[in-house]
Amino acid sequence: MPHHDVLVIGAGLAGQRAALAAAGEGASVGIISKIHPVRSHSNAAQGGINAALDPQDSWESHAFDTIKGSDYLGDQDAIEIMCREAPNELLELEHLGVTFHRNEEGRLGKRAFGGASAARTYYVADITGQAILHVLYEQLMKFDEVFRYEEWFTTALVQDDEGRIAGAITRNIRDGAMELFSAKAAILATGGNGQVYDPTTNALICTGDGIAMAYRVGAPLMDMEMIQYHPTTLAGLGLLITEGARGEGAQLYNARGERFMERYAPNKMELASRDVVSRAEQTEIQEGRGFPEGTVALDVTMVPRKRIHEALREIVNVGRDFAGVDITREPIHVKPGNHYVMGGVRTDVYGQTSIPGLYAAGECACVSVHGGNRLGANSLLDTLVFGRRSGEHAARAVKGLAPTPPAFTQLRDEERRIEAIVGRDGSGRRVSEIKAELGETMDAHVAVFRDDEGLRTALETVRRLRDEAADVAVDDKGTVFNQDVLGALELHFMLDNAECIVVSAIERTESRGAQYRTDFPDRNDDEWLKHINVAVNGDLPEISYSGVTQTQWAPQERTY
Amino acid sequence: MGAYQLRVRRFDPESGEAAYWADYGVELPAERSVLDGILQIKDREDASLAIRCSCRAAICGSCGVRINGRSALACNTRIGEAAESARDGAITVEPMGNMPVIKDLVTDMEAVHWKKVRRVVPWLLPAEEPPEGREYIVPAEAMLDVTQAMACIHCGVCVSACLSLEVDPEFVGPAALAKAYRFVGDPRDGEQETRLRDLAEDPHGIYDCTHCFACVEVCPKDVAPMDQIMRLRRRATDDHGIKDSNNGYGHEQAFVNIVERWGTLHEAQLLPRSFGDGSLVKGQLKPDAARQMTQNLPTALRGLRSGKVSPRKALLHPKLPDQKQVRRIFKEIESKGERLELNLYIVGESGDEEEGAFAEEAGES
Repeated sequence: MPHHDVLVIGAGLAGQRAALAAAGEGASVGIISKIHPVRSHSNAAQGGINAALDPQDSWESHAFDTIKGSDYLGDQDAIEIMCREAPNELLELEHLGVTFHRNEEGRLGKRAFGGASAARTYYVADITGQAILHVLYEQLMKFDEVFRYEEWFTTALVQDDEGRIAGAITRNIRDGAMELFSAKAAILATGGNGQVYDPTTNALICTGDGIAMAYRVGAPLMDMEMIQYHPTTLAGLGLLITEGARGEGAQLYNARGERFMERYAPNKMELASRDVVSRAEQTEIQEGRGFPEGTVALDVTMVPRKRIHEALREIVNVGRDFAGVDITREPIHVKPGNHYVMGGVRTDVYGQTSIPGLYAAGECACVSVHGGNRLGANSLLDTLVFGRRSGEHAARAVKGLAPTPPAFTQLRDEERRIEAIVGRDGSGRRVSEIKAELGETMDAHVAVFRDDEGLRTALETVRRLRDEAADVAVDDKGTVFNQDVLGALELHFMLDNAECIVVSAIERTESRGAQYRTDFPDRNDDEWLKHINVAVNGDLPEISYSGVTQTQWAPQERTY
Repeated sequence: MGAYQLRVRRFDPESGEAAYWADYGVELPAERSVLDGILQIKDREDASLAIRCSCRAAICGSCGVRINGRSALACNTRIGEAAESARDGAITVEPMGNMPVIKDLVTDMEAVHWKKVRRVVPWLLPAEEPPEGREYIVPAEAMLDVTQAMACIHCGVCVSACLSLEVDPEFVGPAALAKAYRFVGDPRDGEQETRLRDLAEDPHGIYDCTHCFACVEVCPKDVAPMDQIMRLRRRATDDHGIKDSNNGYGHEQAFVNIVERWGTLHEAQLLPRSFGDGSLVKGQLKPDAARQMTQNLPTALRGLRSGKVSPRKALLHPKLPDQKQVRRIFKEIESKGERLELNLYIVGESGDEEEGAFAEEAGES
């Protein structure tokens, strides 16, 4: 039985950053990931990372943009911390070896991004997430103090008799062996839940595992209704075209050739907040001014070719390989698509959840720094700042704590549960069928525009699918790389996520950030300037509320 | 919507049976990917078929396989195009080469690829303490120069296609050497010469690449690993004057000198010149020359026996009819004061503004 002071679950940016920080504090650290760390979805963060590093800029300006972007649902104490710590975090990454773009003086160069009042996005071409992820992994390879468990799938969290986290139960994907990891603290860094939707920009691995595992041990989730639709995704496949394209000057047009953002955000135009741009596009499409397949056009051709090669290389490839479009010559058709969950496991500014010893960081957590809508290039920052803070805090908090006795009963229960899934006859529905119906339902009813009727239809479907998933069929009876049984476990996680998203969206009877209710089209600060929390009660989600922390910025009307 | 046949190499380590081919029919639009085809098989027919995959957009590097024998990512190979290059109508999909197979299309990247990556000391060894309160100041071009190597997603497709690795499994290999360049080309790294000496002296290092272009051709991210290896060589020789004990440096010099003089390869002179840093005289006078020549005698004899080299050609190697033109090229390049290193992110002066991304691709590769 492996034992570590701190067990990090998930090895994207938040997880790797947390592991390095905890090891830096002298803790023994294990980092578990269901995929090799460099396959993590942090790779897909193309555009960059925000930091008010320029002396002309200020952390207050960055904080205000973030708060306004969040539609005032973000907690201002947490946002202040993130924006104050951003410059140092960025410099630390640079010192570790991230190959950030330079200006002519050899200093860090920056680009413009949506919802920001100054250009403060630092980047590596359009592979920023990948570059940072790979450099952190270089550090993990360097430090033997961090034990890496690559391609291990975590199935459940383990608690001791007092309810404190005592480790996790995992399956070694390579040979199917179940293993109990004992730990004094666990940090969830398992990323988002985009696979609940179809289409989505998210990778196939983004199944909300950590969010669901925390929910199952009683940790409240927060802001789960806040699902970001990114304005520029490829129709059909849902692949992402970076906001960096608009940051470099690309423009949006409807089928009549109108630059329609003039009507929705006359000042910021294409660089308004993502929720604003996505709603504008969706309105154009629904009112018949889109292209036949339900898209609008993103025109990158005005960006100089040299600059495209230097800064937007990846989307040239995506356009060429996945849409057959040369973006240097012609517009590419895009639409809003599922991209990010602002909500997640509720944490304080040290990443602590309400379960003792359980931390969460990155997309699976909700601090909440993004509130109703996340600004582009704030997600990498969130993962790094709160990944580090979680790692440091967890390492310090467990010093002197005695390890808890191993929970072998729980291990045996999990083993039996999984054996039962594998041993089942094939009479149930297939994992893929249930997953497809879930994705379609969520995209139809819990997307850019929502209303009570649609949301209730979605809830009904999700609950029926949950019943069906209880005896889902599994073809693979083997132990080595049995991806089929992992798919069934992920499906259960996804359905928990979906249920929490939908009940929260039904609850919030106003429009704020990514939650736009056509039956309640206005923001209602009197009643709804508060967070919706969801915690499991028996088998059903129970709603409660918590206040929004305001430091120095009172809510204002939000225009771009 | 088109109907396609996929012929997948299956292997179940628990069955005790050998790998076998299994045929599946899928229906997809031609522009969807081979990965979409495999996922359709998993979704509809047999979910026990194993393949690593995640992003579907050639970013995560999980789904490296061989399609119709060619190493590639399944997610950015269009199924319609794969069908056109399929030999008997069925698109074959098999696990990557040069790595052990774990199950079906899943290979053991850890045992080969990652082990090699760790061989090159894959982390920054800074020349100096990080500056207080600010970044290292480095030329913009230097960062763009290493960004091409940073674009590597460690999919292993080049490792799978590498012909040198097939012959010498100990070869550090294209991906790991590209990773090495990411540090050697990074002005913040303080151990460039040590890194280069290490990789030049290693008989499985930078001079073990045979320049076959296979990695350049298959790399889905245009990292062009072989170009990075050549950059390592140029840095080792031009910048640090490293003359390795395996004569890799001498071999390269010999090549260049022979081409400058004759225009084509003078086989009989290649070996002795290789031992003499490119010079025939020096190669024969070197104390160790006789021993080395004798050691290489079997290679020379094989060449003679197979007819690759005739005794006449070996002694009287003809010059190219237009050898003057070759000399002119040499002069032109040598007249440039500095080395001009172009890459994906720095397209250089010849870039025609009218050229689009597609033409560009064809031009570069």
